[in-house]
Amino acid sequence: MITATPRKDLILMAIFTIAVLTMPIWLAPIGASYPDLLQRFAIFGIFAIGFNILFGLTGYLSFGHAAFLGVGSYTAVWSFKLLSMSVVPAIIFGVITSGLFAVVIGYISLRRSGIYFSILTLAFAQMSYNLAYSVLTPITNGETGLQLALDDPRSLDNLVGVAATEGIPPTNFFGIEMSGYSGFYFCAVLMIIGFYISMRIFRSPFGMMLKAVKSNSNRMSYTGLNMRPYTLTAFVISGMYAGLAGSLMAVTDPLAGAERMQWTASGEVVLMTILGGVGTLIGPVIGAGVIKYFENIFSAINENVLQGIFSFLPEFLQDGVVAVLGLFVGEGWHLTLGLLFMLIVIFLPGGLVEGFSRIIDRIKNRSKNGEADPVGSAKVQPGE
Amino acid sequence: MTNTTNKFKLSRRKLLTSAAAAGAGAAVFSGATPYSFVKGAYAADFRNDPGSQSFVKLGFNVPQTGAYADEGADELRAFQLAVKHLNGEGDGGMLNTLKPSSLKGNGILGKKVEYVTGDTQTKSDAARASAKRMIEKEGVTMFSGGSSSGVAIAVQSLAQEMGIIFMCGLTHSNDTTGKDRRRYGFRHFFNAYQSGAALGPVLKDEMGTERRAYHLTADYTWGWSQEESIKNTTEGLGWETVNTVKTPVGAGDFSQYITPVLNSGADVLILNHYGKDMVNSLTQAVQFGLRDKQVNGKNFEIIVPLFSRLMAQGAGENIKGILGSTNWNWTLQDAGSQAFVKSFGQEYGFPPSQAAHTCYVQTLLYANACEMAGTFYPPEVIKALEDFEFDGMGNGPTLYRGEDHQCFKDVLVVRGNANPSTQFDLLEIVQQVPRSQVEYDASIFGGELGPYEV
Repeated sequence: MITATPRKDLILMAIFTIAVLTMPIWLAPIGASYPDLLQRFAIFGIFAIGFNILFGLTGYLSFGHAAFLGVGSYTAVWSFKLLSMSVVPAIIFGVITSGLFAVVIGYISLRRSGIYFSILTLAFAQMSYNLAYSVLTPITNGETGLQLALDDPRSLDNLVGVAATEGIPPTNFFGIEMSGYSGFYFCAVLMIIGFYISMRIFRSPFGMMLKAVKSNSNRMSYTGLNMRPYTLTAFVISGMYAGLAGSLMAVTDPLAGAERMQWTASGEVVLMTILGGVGTLIGPVIGAGVIKYFENIFSAINENVLQGIFSFLPEFLQDGVVAVLGLFVGEGWHLTLGLLFMLIVIFLPGGLVEGFSRIIDRIKNRSKNGEADPVGSAKVQPGE
Repeated sequence: MTNTTNKFKLSRRKLLTSAAAAGAGAAVFSGATPYSFVKGAYAADFRNDPGSQSFVKLGFNVPQTGAYADEGADELRAFQLAVKHLNGEGDGGMLNTLKPSSLKGNGILGKKVEYVTGDTQTKSDAARASAKRMIEKEGVTMFSGGSSSGVAIAVQSLAQEMGIIFMCGLTHSNDTTGKDRRRYGFRHFFNAYQSGAALGPVLKDEMGTERRAYHLTADYTWGWSQEESIKNTTEGLGWETVNTVKTPVGAGDFSQYITPVLNSGADVLILNHYGKDMVNSLTQAVQFGLRDKQVNGKNFEIIVPLFSRLMAQGAGENIKGILGSTNWNWTLQDAGSQAFVKSFGQEYGFPPSQAAHTCYVQTLLYANACEMAGTFYPPEVIKALEDFEFDGMGNGPTLYRGEDHQCFKDVLVVRGNANPSTQFDLLEIVQQVPRSQVEYDASIFGGELGPYEV
């Protein structure tokens, strides 16, 4: 691991900011630079950053984070329907509601740890999903999903006299439409802010305390410390991140469906975090990007495209290659992702970030061959 | 200690300012960037104008995973066949039977047709993500597909926001062209109301007017609207509705829903299920011995209001003798159906399903409307499709009604074939219900199409 110092954090923050804001350029060669996918990168980046505050720092594996994502989405859409098409109230209410929801779920679930905690959160999320799907249909519109309608009240908009349009008005941030690239930059800026906050939490005494919970919770309790307020705070913060991500999903695409709360969605964020690197700052963002890229680009490659790519091969070879590779793209993208996930968990338990740092270490070692090993002096823990 | 805090403060300020500076820099930069990424933006006065390109792209967004995957796979085959025919390859299929037709078999408006595909996963979110990819990245001028009304309604409203025409695939809910109708969405498939209207008289003849019905309903827009329509029809006949139970989509196991039917006093079970759900629920209902039962002195009957050959294939023996309605069946003898079945069979070795049929027809109708309008400009294409009367597409003379973008044509009442002659000859046509019997006033469902220009 690279040691954290304020200076290095500053550099990391600067690189992260530039990298995120220039995504439309450097993602273009791999076909990922279109607004919808970029928005998803940023939104799920936020989701994963938030999840990592809980999982990465305290080691509490929540299997129900999608519930907060869904709550954020539904709240945001209701805010669009009842109050205003402005995204500001939608996001504020989305974050607050999911935060409150997290207090309730966290208060109960955090009485247990380890696998029992995971199962409790999973149960809560599945309950929310089923509620949204059936019992709460008047609020959630069930399977069809909550959508905007032309005759929604939008009372705040009417109050300030926003001119009525012929169709459903778009979501906006002080007049800027939240679709396309402007939507992406809005989400990206929020992700950068979220990343900064997460970094501050990682480096703060509070973050230290959470890490202590992770490394040995028994010892913590023997020293007479009540861990629950700390873990609950972490849980609520990460729930609010998820709520922010959920409301941003509604901002860029004003629709909320129950499937956002399904356990597969909760599992996805776990995969993202592990794939990128648990407990690292940047890892979850990378993991989120990789998974969303697979979901959107790999799933769209069909046999035709493959035939095009391998048209340079002789015909019999081409058909063979296409037949084999065809299993791994299109509807088989899950298979590719599964293989990638296995490889990473087996060979790089620290996720992609560990892979990068190994490469960097190797390069460094090669250039510094013969010099004294600097690792020992660099083992100072941050914030001490 | 003080020292460290100071360092921290300093670094935070530094951090903040530099982050803000970087952000501002990038924002200024970004203000100019977006346009350079939109292909041909300088010449476009509408989204995804093919302009001077030699090709035009269509998007086919079908469920490749989930409860409706079989239908999705068949839809994709039909789309690929339609693209072939539009480009003048193959035997032309229904290009030769569509009347009036402006299609020339050289692509659309002289541009070669290309296509991209996507997986809706039968989820609104995934379907919209996939549709957005097609629109924003691939630059499609039209997209189509879908095998779920929930998804169709979700992507149809996206189509309206984006200004890209959506030609609905298989969607049977009244809402698609009812309360959730959109200017940019068109449906060739029939709907639940029409199923009810077509089935009513047949049910009366076969089962009489004193029946007690029990509904199992897929819990989403299509299920709700079909339950409502069938309930209205059967109650109009004098039947009593014992109970209506909602079941989740993709439940897999329906035994917990079927057991209560046995003791409910009902003598008809109406399965408002589709795809694998229907295969599972019907199979289980038969296994529970419902069809061998006698209730109220009558034979217990099962009705599947929306039927398809693919489902019949999945349900095997259990489908025999069961009544339902369908949009189209490959055994129809008119020239259009014959031409389509022939070219589909040559291509894939088996006859097409109703899902394939409607998707194929929709693609051709869109292409034809572009030719009629002489442009890809959506408002003009929409106007060409609205109130378009045509024939030769398999269901007799058909009208694309302008008020709600719903097609009106003959509807088939079918029964599971007791003695199939081949493995595909699974549905026997009981009655070809004429268009006049299934027509209704566009205003009964409410809803508004919205503007032409977006």
